[in-house]
Amino acid sequence: MTFAQRLRDAGLAALVAAVLALPLLGFETIDTGGPLGIRARFHWIAYAAVSVFIGRLALLAFFDWWRLRQGRPEPLQSNAPARKDILTRIGSQADKYLMPALIAFAIALPMMPFADRTVVDLATVVLIYVMLGWGLNIVVGLAGLLDLGYVAFYAVGAYTYALLSLNFGFGFWEALPLAGLFAATFGIILGFPVLRLRGDYLAIVTLGFGEIIRVVLLNWTDVTRGSNGITGIQRPSFFGFPFTSSPEDGQTAFHELFGLEYSSIHRIIFLYYVILVLALITNLFTMRIRKLPIGRAWEALREDEIACKALGINPTNTKLTAFAIGAMFGGFAGSFFATRQGFISPESFSFIESAVILAIVVLGGMGSQAGIVLAAAFLTLLPELAREFSLFRMLAFGAAMVLIMIWRPQGLLAHREPTLRLSTQPSSSGGGKP
Amino acid sequence: MEYFLQQLINGVTLGAVYALIAIGYTMVYGIIGMINFAHGEIYMIGAFIAVISFAVLGVVGITWVPLALLIVLIVSMLLTGLYGWTVERIAYRPLRGSFRLAPLISAIGMSIFLQNYVQIAQGARIKPLQPMVRGGIELMKGETFTVTLSYLQIIIIVVTVLLMAGFSWLIAATPLGRAQRACEQDRIMAALLGVNTDRTISLTFVLGAMLAAVAGLMTTLYYGVVDFYIGFLAGLKAFTAAVLGGIGSLPGAMLGGMLIGLIEAFWAAYFSSEYKDVAAFSILVIVLIFRPTGLLGRPEVEKV
Repeated sequence: MTFAQRLRDAGLAALVAAVLALPLLGFETIDTGGPLGIRARFHWIAYAAVSVFIGRLALLAFFDWWRLRQGRPEPLQSNAPARKDILTRIGSQADKYLMPALIAFAIALPMMPFADRTVVDLATVVLIYVMLGWGLNIVVGLAGLLDLGYVAFYAVGAYTYALLSLNFGFGFWEALPLAGLFAATFGIILGFPVLRLRGDYLAIVTLGFGEIIRVVLLNWTDVTRGSNGITGIQRPSFFGFPFTSSPEDGQTAFHELFGLEYSSIHRIIFLYYVILVLALITNLFTMRIRKLPIGRAWEALREDEIACKALGINPTNTKLTAFAIGAMFGGFAGSFFATRQGFISPESFSFIESAVILAIVVLGGMGSQAGIVLAAAFLTLLPELAREFSLFRMLAFGAAMVLIMIWRPQGLLAHREPTLRLSTQPSSSGGGKP
Repeated sequence: MEYFLQQLINGVTLGAVYALIAIGYTMVYGIIGMINFAHGEIYMIGAFIAVISFAVLGVVGITWVPLALLIVLIVSMLLTGLYGWTVERIAYRPLRGSFRLAPLISAIGMSIFLQNYVQIAQGARIKPLQPMVRGGIELMKGETFTVTLSYLQIIIIVVTVLLMAGFSWLIAATPLGRAQRACEQDRIMAALLGVNTDRTISLTFVLGAMLAAVAGLMTTLYYGVVDFYIGFLAGLKAFTAAVLGGIGSLPGAMLGGMLIGLIEAFWAAYFSSEYKDVAAFSILVIVLIFRPTGLLGRPEVEKV
């Protein structure tokens, strides 16, 4: 591309940006009480157009430079899974070498000199998302079922523990298996009618189910207390020894048991290790079940359903197990979330959470356990780090999702090609390159 | 009886709006097999452009309602269409041919981006719009209840019917419609036979966005308020409508939209308005159990 061509292309992009910016950026609405007031701010359009112009020019220059470096005359294809780049090579080894390193780091983290309250707290949040990502990975990555309402199971787990603890005085450890069981039951109830359908219908039904759960939690005020949420959920104890400075009569507090000075960080570190163990159980479970017949059946089903049927695998039951197991881990994570926060409300379980968890699985490279850790860390730390620009952080979050997908559609650390179809054949849903 | 009739009218009005949005989903799904998650936000942007255009017209001094409506309709259709085109160009075209979930994630990202873009640009508070079309026809006068068909409802239903008729004609009888149907059946073959598939797909997005813009304008007039969050639920329901009618089928989207609108109106009227969304989804699940391809969808032949 010559410089003049680039200029023209960038000019066109800037023109489109200016027209797009005209209504929404060019005018500012003012609340006057009566009819909506309006004020022009055309300089915003100029900012938008100029930044798009410069950005597009830089992008085109970069593409040309890249093509020159690659020595390939054809236009840059964003999806070329055959080309082994550095990340793909890392990805193929990630689960073997990267995972032990990550686990060692996670275990050592609270003892690091820089690990204060905030760091451990943040790490706990990351681990919750890692666990959710690993749980959803069973459904999406292994079984190939698109679940857009995973947060519903997370909510079921959280509310199960909260209600059991509030109404029947259950402790965290007693309620944990029940929360998983309950979430799995919900998974089966939902999955049974819809798993026989085609994949995309499953997406919309799970999305609808996520909304239904949220609406029910909001409106069934007698039980869930509606939008006020449930407060005063029992905090976890160290196997019966509470984390309080002054325990009730007859109880021994954690710090007394070990003869330590009381510090509120004990509980935070304990919570961190609890979620670490829960997440590692999820990981271990996934790694092992992949090698069992049922795990093999999931992956086979993802690749070719018809071949599976021909081999005598019952697709509905196989999918149902994946769905239920994924839901169960969501339930575990949910009940941990409830005990950590001490307060839950339907607001924590909106669609955006499901989208974030799905994005973690896909960005990480579906099926790659280590990739999910990296994606979870990236997607949870990005909004945290950008907290000063709170208005812009979700904007950046959405843009990052789009850009990463364009850059690496197969995910950050995919160690296998997502489909094994011939590239010349159109896939039934995605379509080939014309 | 009067009450029933009134709910029927309300339901049809609501259904018309859902049907307009659902067409955008079903066409995109038909042509590239992808759930265009950002479509609900496109509808929201259409509604915002309509509100802002009304305010600008108010400042300029065009207050004759039919003229103002016409101008706003055209402006919001054009600008929203451009938004649809840009979204496709940036977020979906580079991903064509990659695996199935990639465009979906990109679409979810785009949806989050657009929602926050509008929130930043125009603020999070709801934008009111003064009622422009008042009055209506009293159809039936009962003892306690009067059935009215407002002029606004007439406008919404008439515009929707006209657009749908025009749209069906466009798909059935114009070169663009032929190209679209060809791409839907076999994109590679269509490309070999000289159909510009990229352009056809782009135009599909533009047309879908234009219809969503009309829906946005209509709901703005009907409810009188807009905020940056309306796209999510409307998009969800319209997509439900498209699936209910059989995704990929144009008459199916219209039928599904109508049904969802009616279910919602009647459920809210006779049972509880809090659970009207739950009702719509439950009906969807029940229909899918008995007719897995939706009401008017064709069964897909699976090939090895």
